Amino acid sequence: MKNILFLLFSLLVTSVFAQDATDIMQKVDANMASEARIVESKMTIHGRRNSRTVESRSYTEGNKNSMTEYLAPDRDKGTKMLKIEDRLWIYSPDTDRTVQLSGHMLRQSVMGSDLSYEDMMEDRELLDIYDAEIVGEEEIDGRNYWVIQLDAKVEDVNYVKRKTWIDQERYIPIKEEMYAKSGQLLKSTTLSNVKKIDGRWFPTKTIYKDELKNGSGTEFKIVNIKFNEKIPDYIFTKAVLKK
Amino acid sequence: MKLAFQLAYKNLIGAGLKTWLNVAILAFTFLLIIFYNGFIDGWNRQALVEAEKWEYGEGQLLNENYDPRDPFTIKDGYGKLPSEEAQHMTPILLRQGSIYPDGRMFPIMIKGIEINQDVLAFPADKLVNSDESIPILIGKRLAKSTNLEVGDQVLMRWRDKNGTFDAANVTVVEVFKSDVASIDAGQIYMSLDKLYEITGLQDVATMYIGGEGYVSHDVEGWVAKDKEELSSGLTAIINTKKASGSILYILLLAIALLAIFDTQVLSIFRRQKEIGTYISLGMTRIQVVKLFTVEGGMYSLLAAIVAIIVGVPLFWYVSKVGISMPSASQSTGVTIADVIHPYFSLSLIVTTLILVIASATIVSYMPSRKIAKMDPVNALKGKIQ
Repeated sequence: MKNILFLLFSLLVTSVFAQDATDIMQKVDANMASEARIVESKMTIHGRRNSRTVESRSYTEGNKNSMTEYLAPDRDKGTKMLKIEDRLWIYSPDTDRTVQLSGHMLRQSVMGSDLSYEDMMEDRELLDIYDAEIVGEEEIDGRNYWVIQLDAKVEDVNYVKRKTWIDQERYIPIKEEMYAKSGQLLKSTTLSNVKKIDGRWFPTKTIYKDELKNGSGTEFKIVNIKFNEKIPDYIFTKAVLKK
Repeated sequence: MKLAFQLAYKNLIGAGLKTWLNVAILAFTFLLIIFYNGFIDGWNRQALVEAEKWEYGEGQLLNENYDPRDPFTIKDGYGKLPSEEAQHMTPILLRQGSIYPDGRMFPIMIKGIEINQDVLAFPADKLVNSDESIPILIGKRLAKSTNLEVGDQVLMRWRDKNGTFDAANVTVVEVFKSDVASIDAGQIYMSLDKLYEITGLQDVATMYIGGEGYVSHDVEGWVAKDKEELSSGLTAIINTKKASGSILYILLLAIALLAIFDTQVLSIFRRQKEIGTYISLGMTRIQVVKLFTVEGGMYSLLAAIVAIIVGVPLFWYVSKVGISMPSASQSTGVTIADVIHPYFSLSLIVTTLILVIASATIVSYMPSRKIAKMDPVNALKGKIQ
């Protein structure tokens, strides 16, 4: 009888935690996502010998469509990247050509950074493809975080397991780790410089790191962000690439 | 005719150094043409033998969804060949991945090979006898570019059949040496069963390589490529090399022929009295033209004799010892052996001989035609005509 009660209690606790983790992730999603946003950013890529900074302006609609135009340095200026659902095109002003990326080309890094194109292609909601579970709580720099583990519930995902650290008060992630099936840590993301923008807390600095490579990773700083701005329809058409 | 040869021979030997200069340059051209073509033929023969040993086998069957020139097709370009068709063949499965030696990322092609196959020359037995969890073979080019040695472990990342990332350490159990660059650079080899295990795929292959007894034929869902088709790229490179090399010896031959032409023009101009005497003694003009043409053509015969005297021991030695190729040529992506043994075929020697003799005879005949128009009286007097 004692054992049955213990088992029932365990199941109850587990389901409550699982429910909590899902709620938390939904709140995080509500905080981070927006119908549309325009972001001006600086991406600093730390190489073996030197670092370089790429400036860009991105237009994003939900998590399906986005268009990024590179503004600086001169050698990258005018390069555009358009994502419409599961298709991705790159336009290079040097060659005046538009190339659709697919297959192994998506594994290439974006502008030499630690980000790959395929990292940008995942447009499904996390909770649609992962089961969330709180696996711990941590205090970092005086703030409390939930450690939430995401285990894939579908087969066709890039990462079978993710771990994310969620601010208990602001409902924003400050760290994420992506793992291989073997348990090997593959990539990590660290978010910081949290600011209140348009009534929501938002991290404005992100460091992406390919954990298998040496180096300091890639730093992504948001210079300006506008939520729910009206973006003209033509921005998400192929015609915009050559404009 | 016999008289023409006797006279021509005496005249040439009598001309001394002038003759030997012409003969020397013609002999050099002769040797160069044979050497260059022999070198290219040797390279071609070795490359085809090596490619057959390491890459082509007796022919290949590629899955219809796989295009070797399109890396996008690797992901889904695989299938299962009916067992009755797979006789005398060995499967190879291709997957893409990355390795991280010293924290640097190298995109690689992972090739799964049967450990007991004997169609290709890979030292697959090293994979059988290894206790490592994922033993791999790599070629000397990849070993050099990644600084990997036998016994080294390196982290490899790949995707399973659903596209999910996986990563683990793999161990280099052998660095093989092959002259075929296209099976080496950027490629690692592991047991096919191990590749099935880590990707979740089963009993499929991207291509099948034909072994002894295999006859190339079409199979539904697969594209058959015979040896000739597979080696067409290399043959095209070799032919281009031959064509570009021919410019050099055509120039050299042109210089030699110009020297003969010049000598002939000078001979006819300076030996007008001799020509007049021949005609006065009863030779027809045609016979005199023949005499001078044979004289010019005989340069090439003398050159051939000199070339044989010099060339036979030289070419025998070179074909025996071979010519070392610089190590940089190994990384060009073209199949080039460390040491190339030139191949001097009889047809090459005969063709070159005919080419040199025919062209020397033609350039000798051209100025000699003038003799036919000469007035014998004026010729006897040595008057310029």
